[in-house]
Amino acid sequence: MALDQSFVGRTYPPTAPYEVGREKIREFAEAVGDDNPAYTDPEAAKALGHPDVIAPPTFVFAITFKAAGQVVEDPQLGLDYSRVVHGDQRFAYVRPVRAGDRLAVTSTIEAIKSVAGKEILDIRGEVHDEAGEHVVTAWTKLVARAAEEG
Amino acid sequence: MTQPLKAKIAYDDVEVGTELPPRTFPVDRAALVRYAGASGDFNPIHWNERFAKEVGLPDVIAHGMFTMAEAIRAVTDWTGDPGALVEYRVRFTRPVVVPDDDRGAVIEVGGTVAAKLDDNTVRVDLLVTSAGQKVLGMARAVVRLA
Repeated sequence: MALDQSFVGRTYPPTAPYEVGREKIREFAEAVGDDNPAYTDPEAAKALGHPDVIAPPTFVFAITFKAAGQVVEDPQLGLDYSRVVHGDQRFAYVRPVRAGDRLAVTSTIEAIKSVAGKEILDIRGEVHDEAGEHVVTAWTKLVARAAEEG
Repeated sequence: MTQPLKAKIAYDDVEVGTELPPRTFPVDRAALVRYAGASGDFNPIHWNERFAKEVGLPDVIAHGMFTMAEAIRAVTDWTGDPGALVEYRVRFTRPVVVPDDDRGAVIEVGGTVAAKLDDNTVRVDLLVTSAGQKVLGMARAVVRLA
């Protein structure tokens, strides 16, 4: 069944803040095998002009995708998550995420489309720090395959 | 952005067509387990071969976000400062299949400066392949140079 177009433009309440820790950044950088010292060494990060270690560019997805769960699991929207794959991902950065940040995400449904039996859902996650400053925006496109007949 | 940028690459030193150093990133099953833990994405298609095959995949596949994380290293290692990244987008077009052997898979990344933009930024187009096939489409980054 096609998703309800009236959900386009719906914005969900901001998430409780996620506190970014140095050791979580280190764990993520090690998991992707990235030894850039800006992720683990505060002095190296400061030499680049950052107040503390920064996170790799895709780190914030773990936070925005969890926030998008509000949309994905919204019973009124009725998305069948077992049929969903990640289609596209985009980030626009005002500044890098860094240790000590307390980040809240506001998710908005930007578009709902039906193409060739697939449901395509575009979710925008606006990430702000504790001071209310915009840090990064993440756009996630989810594609749900059509349910099989029978 | 008021922070000082100490990018290794100067805007004036690149032109459209400038190629970034090509990179290769290995990925094996252990890397996927580690990434699952670090990212919180425990979807079994990334570690459970039986489950992956049940849902029609050829084998365990890498997290798309893992591939996205590897691909941008071609850019962040080129500029030196990962904080100089302004925008980054990809389309997940084909999975990176990771067999349970001693070698796993390899993600190959090439990058080319496709446009010189305002404020010392350039657009880099990335070509990301595994086993000879393109795994990311429309993979583009905008990065601020010195």
